[in-house]
Amino acid sequence: MDKAKEKRAHGALKRISGPVVTAVGLDAHMYDVVKVGNEELMGEVIKIQGEDIIIQVYEDTAGIRPGEPVENTGLSLAVELGPGLLTSIYDGIQRPLEVLVDRMGNFIERGVSAPGLSHEKKWEFVPAMKVGDDVKAGDILGTVQETNIVHKVMVPPRSKGGKIKEISGGSFTVDETICVLEDGTEIVMLQRWPVRVPRPVKAKLNPDIPLITGQRILDGLFPIAKGGTAAIPGPFGSGKTVTQQQLAKWSDAEIVVYIGCGERGNEMTEVLTEFPELEDPKTGKPLMERTVLIANTSNMPVAAREASVYTGITIAEYFRDMGYDVSLMADSTSRWAEAMREISSRLEEMPGEEGYPAYLAARLSEFYERAGRVIALNGMGGSVSVIGAVSPPGGDFSEPVTQNTLRIVKVFWALDAKLSQRRHFPAINWLNSYSLYLDSLNEWYDKEVSPEWNPLRAWAMGVLQKEAELQEIVQLVGSDALPDEEQITIEVARMIREIFLQQNAYDAVDTFCPMSKQYDMMNAIKHYADLARTAQTGGATPQQVIGITSKNELPQIKFIKDYEPALEKIMKDMEAEFDAMRAV
Amino acid sequence: MKEYRTVAQIAGPLVFVEKTEPVGYSELVNIVTADGTVKRGQVLDTSDEIVVVQVFETTAGIGRDSGIRFTGETIKMPVGKDMLGRILSGGGKPIDGGPDIVPEKRLEITGAAINPYARAPPEDFIQTGISTIDGTNTLVRGQKLPIFSGSGLPHNDVALQIARQAKVPGSTEEFAVVFAAMGITREEANYFMADFEKTGALERSVVFLNLADDPAVERTITPRLALTTAEYLAFDLGYHVLVILTDMTNYCEALRQIGAAREEVPGRRGYPGYMYTDLASIYERAGIIKGVKGSVTQIPILTMPGDDITHPIPDLTGYITEGQIVVNRELHRKGIYPPINVLPSLSRLMNLGIGEGHTREDHKKVSDQLYAAYAEGNDLRGLVAIVGKDALSERDRMFLEFADLFEDRFVRQGLYEDRSIEETLELGWDLLATLPEEQLVRIDRELIHKYHPKYRKKAQG
Ligand SMILES: Nc1ncnc2c1ncn2[C@@H]1O[C@H](COP(=O)(O)OP(=O)(O)OP(=O)(O)O)[C@@H](O)[C@H]1O
Ligand SMILES: [Mg+2]
Repeated sequence: MDKAKEKRAHGALKRISGPVVTAVGLDAHMYDVVKVGNEELMGEVIKIQGEDIIIQVYEDTAGIRPGEPVENTGLSLAVELGPGLLTSIYDGIQRPLEVLVDRMGNFIERGVSAPGLSHEKKWEFVPAMKVGDDVKAGDILGTVQETNIVHKVMVPPRSKGGKIKEISGGSFTVDETICVLEDGTEIVMLQRWPVRVPRPVKAKLNPDIPLITGQRILDGLFPIAKGGTAAIPGPFGSGKTVTQQQLAKWSDAEIVVYIGCGERGNEMTEVLTEFPELEDPKTGKPLMERTVLIANTSNMPVAAREASVYTGITIAEYFRDMGYDVSLMADSTSRWAEAMREISSRLEEMPGEEGYPAYLAARLSEFYERAGRVIALNGMGGSVSVIGAVSPPGGDFSEPVTQNTLRIVKVFWALDAKLSQRRHFPAINWLNSYSLYLDSLNEWYDKEVSPEWNPLRAWAMGVLQKEAELQEIVQLVGSDALPDEEQITIEVARMIREIFLQQNAYDAVDTFCPMSKQYDMMNAIKHYADLARTAQTGGATPQQVIGITSKNELPQIKFIKDYEPALEKIMKDMEAEFDAMRAV
Repeated sequence: MKEYRTVAQIAGPLVFVEKTEPVGYSELVNIVTADGTVKRGQVLDTSDEIVVVQVFETTAGIGRDSGIRFTGETIKMPVGKDMLGRILSGGGKPIDGGPDIVPEKRLEITGAAINPYARAPPEDFIQTGISTIDGTNTLVRGQKLPIFSGSGLPHNDVALQIARQAKVPGSTEEFAVVFAAMGITREEANYFMADFEKTGALERSVVFLNLADDPAVERTITPRLALTTAEYLAFDLGYHVLVILTDMTNYCEALRQIGAAREEVPGRRGYPGYMYTDLASIYERAGIIKGVKGSVTQIPILTMPGDDITHPIPDLTGYITEGQIVVNRELHRKGIYPPINVLPSLSRLMNLGIGEGHTREDHKKVSDQLYAAYAEGNDLRGLVAIVGKDALSERDRMFLEFADLFEDRFVRQGLYEDRSIEETLELGWDLLATLPEEQLVRIDRELIHKYHPKYRKKAQG
């Protein structure tokens, strides 16, 4: 028996103040998991001050008294990794919510611990290695068909590796040995990994492949790369959650980790009911099969909310290590920051800006740093893309969470209440948003979409920028006072906004727009713009050019799945109308 | 029960007690003053040195000579079938002269969180008979949809009209109403009570009254008592419950007061940093549970200080609730009732409760189009003020007129006018028909051909 552990693993509570409690008489290290009180509530050491061990508790502390026992488990807060993660819904500390319903009914009571994975369920393990093979940390020993996704069973990252002495296929629980190394090390499918520590990789690569989302304004104007980071700040009701859910549904990631961090219960229910019914556009399989949900809603304990983002990103890294492209949505990182603030204020720490702890910026950047395109220990390429929602008070982007986030992330999708109020969705402001990946993704768009795509995007951005300048003039003198040419620019910009940028997440077809269709749509608008310009220089009035009726059919293209014939007809009709104009 | 006379300090609503035996966090405390009055409080912080108690009533009369009794349990609320029809104080004591509630259960008032896995998606359309709600900001059973208002605006009328008219088409069940008043005036409370009585709603209501002259700290438990009752009625007895909480602004002021008394580091504009979490523990107590019959629908009312929607109270509320109905001073000045400004209003659960099988297939797109057209017209009003109507294009003029028509016909309706959803949608189409068809870009051709008055007349004629 370890003598140090034996010495003082048990102490007693001295003070209880909401989710933060103080214990004395026990030895502990930072981030050790402890059991608090008679009911053995789960907690984590977050501060050590002389004899005082300060603990954040992941469950409600009502009724707990000074003097109740505290036990140090000596382990740090970790998640269970292995087959069974996919399709699960967890709370912030990886307790499966489904199991909690079975154990304590419809409401979340306390004092129940439940492991993240089933330890009874058997999985069919198919070895990919054989006796005598040399393996090292991260290597893939074999596979399990978890859902339609193949779960790769890896040598744990901290293992020394060695020669395989025994390995065999068959039906195993996550705790049963599937492989024995020559030095006697037994390997099971289950890995435990401390959530606050990034899983190691061999190398980080530059992201140069876009995460295609099927959302026109994102893929078209402000793309995020696979392994990239994006923030989506906006006031309440501007579309953070809908956008994140759209990404969870349609982005071409292979695995999705969705963290509902301090948000609404009903939103998680929505994902739970919707995802099993929806198909991955790429594989045709139910979306739920590639998804892991973490739901620590606003009324669940704040300390567990603080932990939820770490639980999520650790699961994401685990699938990345198998060579998958993972995307992780955190809705909302502001609630996470607020949980930090609440805990910090209970600790009576010196507050920084707006009461947030001084380490807010550091925590945010450590979190986003865990994103990336990597070469895993086993040599496979994988990625974790991180998209964080930010909920600035009063919708004011100058507040600390937004500002500190923008200093780190490479893509900024700025939601705008003015747009959402007029039901322009996604309400992403095209003038304020940006993607710093554009340059590194150009080549991909050239090759995979069309060499004309990049110029086309530049053209569209130019028109939108011009429109913004013109609008300022219009606000002073009215639109009729603009020169003919500019009146047409205004019309073209309106088309870009209404046809291309606006996209209805609730329309069965428009909810997902493949890149090829995005290109065709933008191309059609450009075609109109070119025809209009020629007509106008040839003497046509703006009224004539804008009055072209066939272009009014363009918005309908969004709602048609096999849109090509309809689009072709519109293009022909437009040309015919312009031809007729010239003939007169 | 042991009584301590070891009060060390009293500051605002907080009493500090020393030299106690171990006291539980959040425990209910009875404080006996010299004249024998018993006041209630709750433990906010406990240690072997000092226990901090928050008193729910005025601390007048509490002194070093007061006796402190720790009850050993957290605050519970007795609930029973006979609560319907009763009027209780903001602290949960009957004040209608009737007998005590016969408790069938004693429930924790903080209420555990519904496990998200146990929730069922809310999708039953509630027809309120108000076009700006049903048509463009649809309420569904199990939703939390607050009314954001300003002082002096008719939010009470709107809330009462909803309570009077709310029904789920096709269902004959009436809503049970739980009404919690926090810091409103006696006059306002009477206004609600009179209406409940007149319509017979009182019999299926439970009323909690914490009025303006009642202790402010009590307000922090009133909504929790109300929601505990609502959950009991819904999830134990199977009622569909409509909870009206008014005025949440007073609730938040009480929170701020307590925070200040505890000398906490204040958050934005002096409100506690944990106000989001605190409000969530109230607003999230709405919804439907899989396999359980009843539902809790919440309509909290709040007055925005200075009509400012970015003020922390409406702001944090909006971040938690599933949308908001915004009552607007300008429309009220124009003499329009209900003065609901649809632009900043929103119902996030609308999409679940509308469309085929719920309301009508064209609902979503009609709503989107009405919004877009009204927003455009409304913007142009600003422009007209600068450049005059003549500088507008013909297209702009049409949208400008549309905005006026929309307010006059769609928004405006009678206090007792109960429009069916079909009537509301028809009205929407009539208004959209004043615009050229090609401007209706939000609606697909098929629906236009089916519902646009122009084609319908043809089909009929
Ligand atoms: N792409 C979209 N298509 C159609 N409607 C949308 C879209 N995005 C947002 N909406 C509408 O806006 C509403 C609010 O969006 P959402 O819930 O995502 O806001 P939010 O920014 O997450 O707000 P909060 O911060 O309060 O959670 C949705 O309920 C929906 O009606
Ligand atoms: Mg949201």
